[in-house]
Amino acid sequence: MKLKRETLYGYFFILPWLVGFLGLVLYPMIQSFYYSLNSMRITPTGLRFIYVGFNNYLDVWLQDMFFITELGGFAVDTLIRIPVIVVFALVIAMLLNQDVKFKGLFRTIFFLPVIVASGPVINQLVDQGATAIPMLNLDVVMNILTMFLPNYLAEVVGGLFNQIITILWYSGVQILLFLAALQKIDPNLYEAAKIDGGSSWECFWKITLPTIKPIILINLVYTLISLANSGQNPIIDLIYANMFNATRGYGFASAMAWMYAILITFMLAVIVLVFRERKSKRFG
Amino acid sequence: MADKGATTVLRVIQNQDLDVKQKLRLIRLRAEHFFFGFNDRKGFLLKFVIYTLLLGIGFVYLYPMLYMFITSMKSLSDLLDMAINWIPSSVYLDNYNQAYQVMNIRPALIGSMQIALFPTVLQVIVASLVGYGFARFEFPLKKLWFALMIFSFIIPPQILMMPKYRLFSEIGLTGSLSAFTIPAALGQGINSTIFILIFYQFFKQTPTSLYEAAEVDGASQFTSFFKIAIPMAVPAFIVAFLFSFVWYWNETYLTSLFLTSSSTDITTILLQLQSFEQNYEALYPSTEAGPNRINEGIKMAGTMLSILPLLITYFFLQRYFVESVDNTGITGE
Repeated sequence: MKLKRETLYGYFFILPWLVGFLGLVLYPMIQSFYYSLNSMRITPTGLRFIYVGFNNYLDVWLQDMFFITELGGFAVDTLIRIPVIVVFALVIAMLLNQDVKFKGLFRTIFFLPVIVASGPVINQLVDQGATAIPMLNLDVVMNILTMFLPNYLAEVVGGLFNQIITILWYSGVQILLFLAALQKIDPNLYEAAKIDGGSSWECFWKITLPTIKPIILINLVYTLISLANSGQNPIIDLIYANMFNATRGYGFASAMAWMYAILITFMLAVIVLVFRERKSKRFG
Repeated sequence: MADKGATTVLRVIQNQDLDVKQKLRLIRLRAEHFFFGFNDRKGFLLKFVIYTLLLGIGFVYLYPMLYMFITSMKSLSDLLDMAINWIPSSVYLDNYNQAYQVMNIRPALIGSMQIALFPTVLQVIVASLVGYGFARFEFPLKKLWFALMIFSFIIPPQILMMPKYRLFSEIGLTGSLSAFTIPAALGQGINSTIFILIFYQFFKQTPTSLYEAAEVDGASQFTSFFKIAIPMAVPAFIVAFLFSFVWYWNETYLTSLFLTSSSTDITTILLQLQSFEQNYEALYPSTEAGPNRINEGIKMAGTMLSILPLLITYFFLQRYFVESVDNTGITGE
């Protein structure tokens, strides 16, 4: 059978990616799963594999004292941070989308973190306390919070206040995406709504939000992934540490990475299910 | 606008034909228009709120940078002096001097440049090719590959880290630049998927009739890629290049995995920053409470030095970053 020319060209153009995907994604994935079923020892003659079934997974849950606490902390932290980041990004994008003076200057400032926010830099800043709001007295906030909230929740929310700047610094790309989406909304829509007597508030809920809904989903997913893969994440450090640990090694670390991946996938699935496009029965 | 408002208010008051009630009503209307706006014009209150929010958030964004800058200029006595908060008593550049030496700036800068530049160039070229392939041609299994591409972005890299590390060390890539350039050339560099999607979106938007016309005139697929697609995608190239460069520059997880764990001469500025304290102590062994102890000023100077190259680039090129949203169609439809 003669291949169609278009097929040939198509595959020609995506060939580099295809090779990369098979060699650097699919193959390592299968291998990593195989590792996780084995106990791996580094011996002078090379790596030695001992098949242990799902014991590594059991060990991750039963033997590692840090994993469960870190995982729980990460889940709670992320669930709180994601909405904060996305809502904030939307607010800033809407402000920047207004007809304001010095728009360029403000945009420059708000995209600055995209450029400089890297792991070590943020770590240094957090160490120095440069990322806490200066005039805010945390004790007062905590006192008020504990009055209304149970203790563990108050601590989480208090922590949020404490690192508000780091959180905001993570929202650069999200602002960019929202801004692009907002600029694409047809201004005629707003005009028509105004003529029909719609207030700005109504316009926001009936026009802006439905139009940018797909971008909200993209932003939620992006935020989750960037938080999950960021260098500030203690679980990643844990995996990394186990990888070079003499008694545990690759097998154990692989199992841990898979458990972590399953958690992330689960969170992703929840987000997508909640925010996916539903086939609307009426025209909004 | 305020002047105009005042004159009309005056005129209303001076107007002899109106009685007091009418005058009050008119003035109230004026005031309402001024504060709350009418039709498309925004009221003073709304504007006030917008600018306050922008300024406030802007300050929050800039605060860490300011703090870093100020602290890096403080001498030890300034740091200890509680009265000195924002303005150091003198311009003190010794911190920078020390940080410069601790961080080994020259080789680190060269390393950073290499690790950011070469993979970026390869990545952008490959991403444009792949994006073009996906956008222009119909071929069997295209949907599957496309879905897998997005999937490869979502899957946590930790899963792939270990086998990749083993693979790379087996074929002798760890500790060399190839550990970064080869994945980039295969479309698996840092956030490659995003760049492929940007190009995909971009090439999708160019009208097919252009390519068809070229084909009728006898252009091959490659000619139309180089002569039509690439010139039209210049903004996408700029954006992809800038973001890719920044992401590679800021990468520490991969660089520490591939570079520090094996003996090599390549180092990057951010790796130096990561091990700043150890390096400092190795260079200036601390004596009991001696004057050589590391302090915040020196650390902040180090941080400042590590972001300075990017900051400078940003201030020259920020136009492209900021406008990137307007002309790439980054979000898709």
